[in-house]
Amino acid sequence: MTDLKRTKLYNAHIASGAKMVPFAGYEMPVQYPLGVMKEHLHTREKCGLFDVSHMGQCFIIADDGTFETAARALEKLVPADIQSLEPGQQRYSQFLNAEGGILDDLMISRLGLEGHTHWLYLVVNAGCKDQDFAHMEKHLPENVKLQVKDDLLSLIALQGPRAVDVLGAMAPAVKDLVFMTHTDLPVGKNGTWCHVSRSGYTGEDGFEIAVKHDDVESFVEELLSYDDVELIGLGARDSLRMEAGLCLYGHDIDTTVSPIEAGLIWSIQKNRRVGCDYLGAARIESDIANKQSKRLVGILPEGRAPAREHTEIQDQDGNTIGEITSGGFGPSVGGPVAMGYVSRSHAKAGSEINLIVRGKARPAKVVKMPFVPHNYHRG
Amino acid sequence: MSTYYSEDHEWIKVEGDIGTVGISDYAQNALGDIVFVELPDVGASFSKGDDAAVVESVKAASDVYAPIGGEVIETNGTLEDAPETVNADSGGAGWFFKMKIADASELENLMDEAAYKTFCDGL
Repeated sequence: MTDLKRTKLYNAHIASGAKMVPFAGYEMPVQYPLGVMKEHLHTREKCGLFDVSHMGQCFIIADDGTFETAARALEKLVPADIQSLEPGQQRYSQFLNAEGGILDDLMISRLGLEGHTHWLYLVVNAGCKDQDFAHMEKHLPENVKLQVKDDLLSLIALQGPRAVDVLGAMAPAVKDLVFMTHTDLPVGKNGTWCHVSRSGYTGEDGFEIAVKHDDVESFVEELLSYDDVELIGLGARDSLRMEAGLCLYGHDIDTTVSPIEAGLIWSIQKNRRVGCDYLGAARIESDIANKQSKRLVGILPEGRAPAREHTEIQDQDGNTIGEITSGGFGPSVGGPVAMGYVSRSHAKAGSEINLIVRGKARPAKVVKMPFVPHNYHRG
Repeated sequence: MSTYYSEDHEWIKVEGDIGTVGISDYAQNALGDIVFVELPDVGASFSKGDDAAVVESVKAASDVYAPIGGEVIETNGTLEDAPETVNADSGGAGWFFKMKIADASELENLMDEAAYKTFCDGL
């Protein structure tokens, strides 16, 4: 694994007994001695700590020092409404290619810090970050600058019902944040400067915290001094997000599908659905109008056999109607869960389908997602 | 009664011409939390190395191979409802199936416990 990059928490992972695997060009912990199942359940019951420093972090700042110029520029590349973001708010969106296929999905925040409310802060997927940064460099106008911060910032996530108690003990002000808002403040006994966002990728209440590379080891050590906090690996991160019905780039979404087909219309504000001129806007418009397109749906297999990625989906007459894009065992569900694309005729909750697992047709049902109710703090 | 091990981490306990097959402690530990086991049909015949069963952890599915040839005479139905038994007792209650051994000389190519331990230490 000599060519792989390491996060600043690499030594902490090894010291904690992590099993490391290559992931998106990094050596990352897939699980700790607790194991995927217990790590998953611990996050749902108490609080899990994830190293997500492999993700890309950057700022977009306009030369004229206004939020509007930066927001207008970014709006050419994503379907979300950026101009209406208030300081301290964030939105989930996607980079699209000219055909409306998804290049990556990302989180976009407008900083709330005084003197910096014209700054946009983006978090993108590790596996896409180099091409995302090149995409922005290519398309952003000259007067809007991209500042990549991978050399400065680590990123960790604290997720689960106790996350607010733990982080709130270190910085009471974080308790006032609601889902999809953020703030910048000193946290913990060392007063570590953090960008704290109330969001995550597990369906639970919790935080994503950007912290300087030099501070991250001692900050994580302080978090781990709380009994409720356990390190959680990529294995449980995947089963948690799957139960929460959240897409994983490169699996549930990629350049072959549009945000509408992926069921992400909720992330496209009404004023951005028609008559806009961002990259891929025509596809958004036509996919909203075109009721024939395939749809990403939740799938609950009957019985215990998990249906993995690329499992063929058939209708009850044996016709191929789609494919599983994510599938496995949901520890909180206590059985298999899956996501996949089906033709629109079978996209309704309750539709009965068959999954072809090792040559055998196994019955399954299309269901509404999430599989486990979201536990976000909306205030 | 002797127990033999394959390089694919199956074990087979031999009593007369009947072999009981399972996966090793090393295998269950590497797989992690086992959530599903697919057993062969009674009456199925396998040659050495054939796919005989499937074991799935939270993350992935893995094949279990027939360590030697033979015919399946019994399967461990308790694994269908309690696949975690394989984690708890891989060498005992977590057995997968019993087979009537077709050719006992195939056992000679498998490892005994000491050789298997050395094999795992080298992985």
